[in-house]
Amino acid sequence: MAAYIMKRFVLMVVTVLIIATLTFFLMNLLPGSPLNEERTTNESVQQNLEAHFNLDEPLIVQYVLYLKSIATFDFGPSIKQPTETVNSLLGRGFPISAELGIWTILTAVVSGITLGVFAALRHNGIIDYIAMTIAVLGISVPNFVLATMLIQELAVNRGIFPAATWNSPAHMVLPILALATGPMAIIARLTRSSMLETLTQDYIKTARAKGLSPVKVIVKHALKNALMPVVTILGTLMAGILTGTFVIEKIFAIPGMGKYFVQSINQRDYPVIMGTTVFYSVFLVFMLFLVDIAYGLLDPRIKLHEKGDG
Amino acid sequence: MIQTAKQKKSAQDEIPDDWFKPLEKDSSQAETVVRPSLSYWQDAWRRLRKNKLAMSGLIFLIFLSLMSILGPILSPHSLSEQVLSNQNQAPSATHWFGTDDLGRDVFTRTWYGARISLFVGLMAALIDFFIGVTYGGISGYKGGRTDSLMMRVIEVLYGLPYLLVVILLLVVLGPSLLTIIVALTVTGWVGMARIVRGQVLQIKHNEFVLASQSFGAKTKRIIRKNLLPNTMGPIIVQMTLTVPTAIFAEAFLSFLGLGIQSPFASWGVMADDALGTILSGHWWRLFFPAFFISATMFAFNVLGDGLQDALDPKLRR
Repeated sequence: MAAYIMKRFVLMVVTVLIIATLTFFLMNLLPGSPLNEERTTNESVQQNLEAHFNLDEPLIVQYVLYLKSIATFDFGPSIKQPTETVNSLLGRGFPISAELGIWTILTAVVSGITLGVFAALRHNGIIDYIAMTIAVLGISVPNFVLATMLIQELAVNRGIFPAATWNSPAHMVLPILALATGPMAIIARLTRSSMLETLTQDYIKTARAKGLSPVKVIVKHALKNALMPVVTILGTLMAGILTGTFVIEKIFAIPGMGKYFVQSINQRDYPVIMGTTVFYSVFLVFMLFLVDIAYGLLDPRIKLHEKGDG
Repeated sequence: MIQTAKQKKSAQDEIPDDWFKPLEKDSSQAETVVRPSLSYWQDAWRRLRKNKLAMSGLIFLIFLSLMSILGPILSPHSLSEQVLSNQNQAPSATHWFGTDDLGRDVFTRTWYGARISLFVGLMAALIDFFIGVTYGGISGYKGGRTDSLMMRVIEVLYGLPYLLVVILLLVVLGPSLLTIIVALTVTGWVGMARIVRGQVLQIKHNEFVLASQSFGAKTKRIIRKNLLPNTMGPIIVQMTLTVPTAIFAEAFLSFLGLGIQSPFASWGVMADDALGTILSGHWWRLFFPAFFISATMFAFNVLGDGLQDALDPKLRR
């Protein structure tokens, strides 16, 4: 197990390093200096500014400084908003995005598993049919389309929920719904198929034969094993939810990190783009790492053949 | 209930033995083929045809492809024709899907959007196919140290957040149709490579590969002629599922302002434009792009699922 964690950890560090390097050199490929906008500055001010941002150093030194600043979680200043740094934007936006993200994941996991289990228990029945229709629709309708439709129907036409911002629990319903439907659909389908497979296993028959209550058989014996594929896919789903927050926060005018990220893209605020990309990547890769470890803890087979993966 | 079951049982007991007699062995018919033999693809097609959902997806996609070619021709309005006096008109005889805030015809723009979406989806799938199949084929066939090195690369690439990398590339490359496709395929081929490698690992120890090797066939020939034709099933399924991912990514990026730029239309751009006017009740501006993007993704997903079932040799009967 220790070797497994170690291997995953090294992989995580390498991935972060690659993303950071990619971001750095891609941004340096862009024509002009990040300070080009300030045409009015005179020569000496320009030089001072360059010195301030270390832009007068050779590229390799800049790169090392950049890696150092990432290691200390300092993502640098914003160029378009002089009073802001990437860290101050993150400090304000991240808690809100995290709230949105956590609620989304909880909603998706709980409702997805419930749907999937009931669909599997009533295989080819009406519940199965309805659940799988919801699931295929959920996968097919992009989250930004769903969000706009929800606003149109539930906020504008009926006025049940507020259409935008992030102030009260009522404000949170539509964004969470829009963001959670896709992952929920994927989880439901996965749970259903692995549950169907698990329910035909002999040990389920044994558990039933020795007179366990149906609930106990399903929850303790079947579900525990059937959820393994769901754990595997959680990392990918988190990546989807994270990128989903970009559009959802834009649509619902939620002052989260995604909104700042999209804003920085539209304003071509390169240091902010760089900083948030690296932050997002570190966050995601760390989440994947946690998922991998959770998977390793849950699946006893991983301990047995650590070398035989892939 | 119990009564009828018992009756059935006793009825079974009463079947006299002389109802049964041994079948005469007739060796003259032994070599006759009773049913026409079906090739792998005929068999798959036969099974796919029975899947109503997948077939409706296929029919919708054929319709969409035809309309993406014919739609703009059928319409009397051009893609960027702006008639400011015709702003935000509801669907009518002249503008079948209505007009947008610049007086542009939504019908025409929807089918241009279909062109963009289908083009992006198919190109992404094709490029993924070439890179992924080559990479996965070599990695799986060579095995050993080459394989584990190539797999490390894949592991790292797989850990990269897909859309973030795409966004980053688009910020640097600048938004256009070509750069979107490039950005989507930079990390998109990894899934295909993993699938091909897995398949190749399974079949590379078969006798027909050994036969080729002993005839002195080169690696390239063995991969192309022996291994790939036998992995086509999973490859096609993966391609069918890559298309909706790419279509979604294009719409997503266009929606963020990083995709197709005006005057060209894409479903993502149209949905983004419609978002601003959602309060004014111009439902047709959102409805048509939203409907077609969802329907297209739905069609590809059900077709992919259907193909997965149809091409799975384990389900072959």
